[in-house]
Amino acid sequence: MHFASALSPTNIFAPVSTPANSIFGLALFVLAVAAVIFTVVFSLLVFSVVRFRKRRDDDGREPPQIYGSNQVELAWTVIPTLIVVTLFMATARVIAGIQKPARPAGAVEVVAVGHQFWWEFRYPELKVVTANELHVPLSDPDHPTPTFLTLTSADTDHSFWVPRLAGKTDLIPNRVNTMWIDPHETGLYLGQCAQYCGTQHAKMLLRVYVQTRDEFDRWIQEQNQPAHTDDNVYAGQRIFETTACINCHTVTGTPARGRFGPDLTHLMSRETIASGSVPNTPENLRQWIRNPAALKPGCRMPAMDLGDQEINALAAYLETLR
Amino acid sequence: MTGRLPSAVVEEVQPVELAPQSLVNRLHGWITTVDHKRLGIMYILYALVFLVVGGIEATVMRIQLIVPHNNFVSPQVFNRMFTMHGTTMIFFVAMPIVFGFANYLLPLMIGARDMAFPRLNAFSFWMTAFGGCLLYFSLVGAYGLYGAGNAPDVGWFAYAPLTSQTFSRGHSTDFWILAVLISGVGSIGGGVNMVATILCLRCPGMKLEKMPLLVWMYLVMAVLVLIAIGPLTAAQIMLLLDRYLGAHFFDTQAGGSAVLWMHFFWIFGHPEVYILVIPAFAFVSEIIPVFSRKAIFGYPIMVAATLAIGFVSVSVWAHHMFTVGLSPSANTFFVLSTMAIAVPTGIKIFNWLATMWGGKVHFQTPMLFCIGFLFQFLIAGLTGVMLSSAPFDWQLGNSYFVVAHFHYVIVGGILFALFGAFYYWFPKMSGKMYNETLGRLHFALFVIGFHLTFDSLHIPGILGMPRRVYTYEPGRGWDMWNLLATIGVIFQATGILVFAGNLLWSYFKGKSAGSDPWDAWTLEWSTASPPPAYDFALIPSVRSRRPLWDLKHPEDPDWRYEQ
Repeated sequence: MHFASALSPTNIFAPVSTPANSIFGLALFVLAVAAVIFTVVFSLLVFSVVRFRKRRDDDGREPPQIYGSNQVELAWTVIPTLIVVTLFMATARVIAGIQKPARPAGAVEVVAVGHQFWWEFRYPELKVVTANELHVPLSDPDHPTPTFLTLTSADTDHSFWVPRLAGKTDLIPNRVNTMWIDPHETGLYLGQCAQYCGTQHAKMLLRVYVQTRDEFDRWIQEQNQPAHTDDNVYAGQRIFETTACINCHTVTGTPARGRFGPDLTHLMSRETIASGSVPNTPENLRQWIRNPAALKPGCRMPAMDLGDQEINALAAYLETLR
Repeated sequence: MTGRLPSAVVEEVQPVELAPQSLVNRLHGWITTVDHKRLGIMYILYALVFLVVGGIEATVMRIQLIVPHNNFVSPQVFNRMFTMHGTTMIFFVAMPIVFGFANYLLPLMIGARDMAFPRLNAFSFWMTAFGGCLLYFSLVGAYGLYGAGNAPDVGWFAYAPLTSQTFSRGHSTDFWILAVLISGVGSIGGGVNMVATILCLRCPGMKLEKMPLLVWMYLVMAVLVLIAIGPLTAAQIMLLLDRYLGAHFFDTQAGGSAVLWMHFFWIFGHPEVYILVIPAFAFVSEIIPVFSRKAIFGYPIMVAATLAIGFVSVSVWAHHMFTVGLSPSANTFFVLSTMAIAVPTGIKIFNWLATMWGGKVHFQTPMLFCIGFLFQFLIAGLTGVMLSSAPFDWQLGNSYFVVAHFHYVIVGGILFALFGAFYYWFPKMSGKMYNETLGRLHFALFVIGFHLTFDSLHIPGILGMPRRVYTYEPGRGWDMWNLLATIGVIFQATGILVFAGNLLWSYFKGKSAGSDPWDAWTLEWSTASPPPAYDFALIPSVRSRRPLWDLKHPEDPDWRYEQ
């Protein structure tokens, strides 16, 4: 397991959650069957090519003509059929296990909405809205607290894929899908959009933070607070609220109520910006405000043609949104 | 020689000597031709041109992905590249090339003088050709909002609602729709023609069960064309209605369904895979017996397996949609139907092996490519079984594993079989023998390049790399595999150059091939190389599946043994 996750933070063979784990088990079984079939057929191929090659001392006569054999044909119809039936039954079991889960009382509900090119996460019961960085509680196998995701899209098709937690499920506009995860280990799990959704599909990255229940509750509590206010950054706040920023972004407790872009109420609690593309540093934040297309060409946020002074004031305001 | 056999062969009919024609007249002859052989060759040459274009697009993508965060092309250009690459390779390389071989070979193999509808045949070719030109015209003609032409960037399966006016402004998507729609008209015409030719124009004695396997397989393929292209055409028209006449079939913002498009597209898309791979099976089924010097093993079972694949292939489409949230019962059904296809496919592989078993295997270039086909198609089939297991697909679907899998099918399987077919029938088409050394060099280069590129690409898929990304993050264990995949391109491109050079050189300077260079058994080898316009001076009549074997071995003819 350690080796598998060291190979890649997004290795499908390093599962830490039940859906990913049961897929892993099924995958090993299917791979083993495939390996056996490969070995048998490949050996037959090599044997036929080597043993029946035309020899140097060939007499030029045609070999005996054999037109077929019903017994042999029957054998290589029945045996593959049995293999297929076995694989099918193993698969059907895992489909039912993942697609018809029990929903325990402590389950966390998250609505994930795909946007070009970022993720909106809403916790309807906990009254929290965030973006791109999903926080979920650790699930103890004895007292499971799985997270159930309701998936939909605001624009084009997307797909939620964090390989170590679960297989992917698409986010499709005008349709509601569901999936679930129950991570057994704390940590940061990476993923990204897995359905081509437009120009910046490649930088629609996903981060899932699995926290102990206490840490998660504390995070929820912080996210529940209204936006931090600070009179020292009034200039920046004024720029934010008088330019087009508020058409797309929300900062709770202020006139900014747009929903086209990520909620910025607790922007500074996030480790990355631009949907996981770059670390959330003051420098990156300024560069992003100045010209988003420089970091992410084709993204939906326009450059607002602000001067350096305005950008600094605006960034100073955003940096207070902890 | 007794009975009905002698009429099967008329050797070396001497054409009347005419004065050489001017270039204009010769071109005019080609453009206005309704001869199945000329149309077949035009299909093939047209496809080869687009093979190079699609290959260049693939190369651009591989250069961009050689290292993480590369800036060789912009995301917009990269997205156009994979859209154009996919559309070109499926609709304007693979389809015309298998239609080209069908055109050339079917009448010759069933002892006919042309296809059933020669004018429809020419019309079909020019429709397909026009479709390809229309797609590429988008580069200059698709004026977007900014007054510049651009190519479509919605992906070759063009999922809704990315194709709606909201997300795809300008006209690039319209060019894509019309190109696919119009080439589809050509495909349907070709399909009708093939079915009619095979059912109505067989020479005396060639009952259905005496047809060469290639003809049987093309019959199944042609029926699949008629089944599959219709839904695609309908979907393209619906999309046009959505874009310009305010229909809302796929317009999710007005209650339309994105999933409906997926159903339409894959009801076409999966039979399409078999439309392309069944001809590959057909070539292999002709080449392996001749180069093993044995009759095909289990002919009736091969026919039955092909029919089974044809039937089942129209009920597997939603395995492309395991991640869209279908119900557990729907997913389970499509797992079963998809896995079921492995059985008839496996039967074919075993029958090809049994054909080699006990034979005398000759290793000329056509056979080398067929052995490559067997090895690679085996692996492609096994990765296909992995993907058919829906939960495994929830991880692997839309990742680079899928990219590797279907390139194993299309390049490692279909293209290898096609190269085998090229070398096998080139002497018939041109009358000249190709250069065997260059042929083997081409094979070696292509095997190395293919495996470097596509073996490597399985791994980043398993490690979480999705397809269609113009760049990727470092530190995910994907870098080395992407580098190896790009290096493989060099070998594949060199291989293609050797192939093209070999064909050109052999056409002008090659040795005369004679009518039957492979000592083969089907009717096309009984007429001159290249065959005269009328194909056969006398229509042959046959008693078995291998009429030339009967002729060459009157003491031991096939018709004594065939049931």
